[in-house]
Amino acid sequence: MARLYLEFEKPFTKLEEQIRELEEKQRRDGIDASAEIRDIRKSLIVMVRKQYAALSPWEIVQIARHPDRPQTVDYIEAFVKDFKEIRGDRLFRDDRAVVCGLGMIAGERVMIVGHRKGHDTREKVECFFGCAHPEGYRKAMRCMRLAEKFNLPVVAFIDTQGAYPGIGAEERGIAEAIAVNLREMSILRTPIVGAIIGEGASGGYLGIGVADRLLMLEYAYCSVITPEGCAAILWRTAEKAPQAAEALKLTAPDLKAFGVIDDIVPEPLGAAHRNPREMAVTLERRIGRYLRELKQIPVEDLLAQRYAKLRRVGVTIEAASGSSAGSA
Amino acid sequence: MAMNGRAKKKDIPEGLWLKCPGCEEMVYRKRVEENFHVCPECQYHFKVGARQRIALLADADSFEEYLLNLMSPDPLEFVDRKSYVERLADAQRQTNLYDAAVVGRAYIKGRPVILGVLDPNFIMGSMGSVVGEKITVAAEKATELGVPLVICSASGGARMMEGILSLAQMSKTSAAVARLARAGGLFISVMTNPTTAGVAASFASLGDIIIAEPRAMIGFTGPRVIYQTMKQELPEGFQTAEFMMEHGFVDRIVARSNLRSEIAALIDYFGK
Repeated sequence: MARLYLEFEKPFTKLEEQIRELEEKQRRDGIDASAEIRDIRKSLIVMVRKQYAALSPWEIVQIARHPDRPQTVDYIEAFVKDFKEIRGDRLFRDDRAVVCGLGMIAGERVMIVGHRKGHDTREKVECFFGCAHPEGYRKAMRCMRLAEKFNLPVVAFIDTQGAYPGIGAEERGIAEAIAVNLREMSILRTPIVGAIIGEGASGGYLGIGVADRLLMLEYAYCSVITPEGCAAILWRTAEKAPQAAEALKLTAPDLKAFGVIDDIVPEPLGAAHRNPREMAVTLERRIGRYLRELKQIPVEDLLAQRYAKLRRVGVTIEAASGSSAGSA
Repeated sequence: MAMNGRAKKKDIPEGLWLKCPGCEEMVYRKRVEENFHVCPECQYHFKVGARQRIALLADADSFEEYLLNLMSPDPLEFVDRKSYVERLADAQRQTNLYDAAVVGRAYIKGRPVILGVLDPNFIMGSMGSVVGEKITVAAEKATELGVPLVICSASGGARMMEGILSLAQMSKTSAAVARLARAGGLFISVMTNPTTAGVAASFASLGDIIIAEPRAMIGFTGPRVIYQTMKQELPEGFQTAEFMMEHGFVDRIVARSNLRSEIAALIDYFGK
């Protein structure tokens, strides 16, 4: 299948094409083009590095949404051993926008919860493009409570544009479902490692996004609302999304500076979609490291640290004493 | 500029008369004010500012405010069609508040409480770092002092101009409420018009008891976005207090005139 190239990736395609042609020629004609290939590869690497070092926030959003970017289920396939899916919230139905289950990551038994976006059209429709209903958040909570009961750490894969905006979602209490998850995850008596792998937007992200260690992939984004949503409200047109992406400060380094995430997971050259295998290896190692680290912390300390971490996020100042708000 | 942001709306003449958004009748402003800011004709509950709300709920002169001077330094240096700094300055001028929340100790019919109120006229009562911090401190004080927490929400949700920091206030306030609950504390959440998005999806939905004012708008996603997604007419009364009670997410709908005695009675029932 033809690969989708983002606008800023297009300069790479010519060099990649050349490399492919030379490799083909080598095979066909038995000549040695390895030196030439090496040179082109080198300039390709330089070019990709340069391009990716200067990405705008809006371009990063495009990478985070790249159709070939690995999703929760791809990581499960890549490095979760013996995955046993757990379905349904035992209240209403099974929300396919959230995938939950037991598995082994880096030798540790864990409970996995994650958004499921889908790759092809049928799958995307089936899981509402990764936008969960209340039953998705309640399924995740049920599985997290199960993890707590049996002392399994939770690993959350975050990749959503937000909770599903629909009548049914409202009727079944999407606000309550997210709120309950925020409350319960803040006091869940087992370690939680979260990884923002693509899009981490709105309350829909946060509903499975409270963690002891929150990781974010280098070209993921994380925001109070999608840039389009923000632009539609504040600029009154979704076309201003690139400006909104800039203003919202939604890149991994921004999030690190705000103290919202703990660690940035580097992506392969040209981002995860160009080398999903390498991405999976890096992510698995990183999650494994934090699982082992958190396992050493007594649960009461863990909860105290978790609260302190949630507690300190935010920036406020004291107004000069004596001045009144009205004259500010 | 009149005393609050409402007067900006062009169809409401300033002065003695108000046009009621509920029944569209012209009503005498003083009668509305004397009637808990409720329309005497159709019982429409007008939005009330934070100070008015406290005056309606707390015993006279009992309110002692916490974190009075807390404000936002505009950490993102956010600019859309207007800068956040300007929006803050305008809201501060209009409401005489530094931000959208006022919290403190108070008495309601002689019962000590920690009281928090959001002001719908301050950038739609949206929650940024200041609101999140104040609600968190309110929950922590309630835990520490062992008195009930009462929060009246009136908010459009998380404040976009503080980006991810505003979203993070949802988990922060919910975590504070979790600790209050674990300590056996009572939390009465009062949802007033509107209680939506990030505030509905955090502390406001976590009350031991959830009260709503009549016809208050309550929900997560805005109706316009839902309509655009579903391309289908929204049901009659969608996302009202009555709709939310019917679907099981609001315990009681209480008219503003009864709110004080209702809260006092609940506190007594729970022995707090």
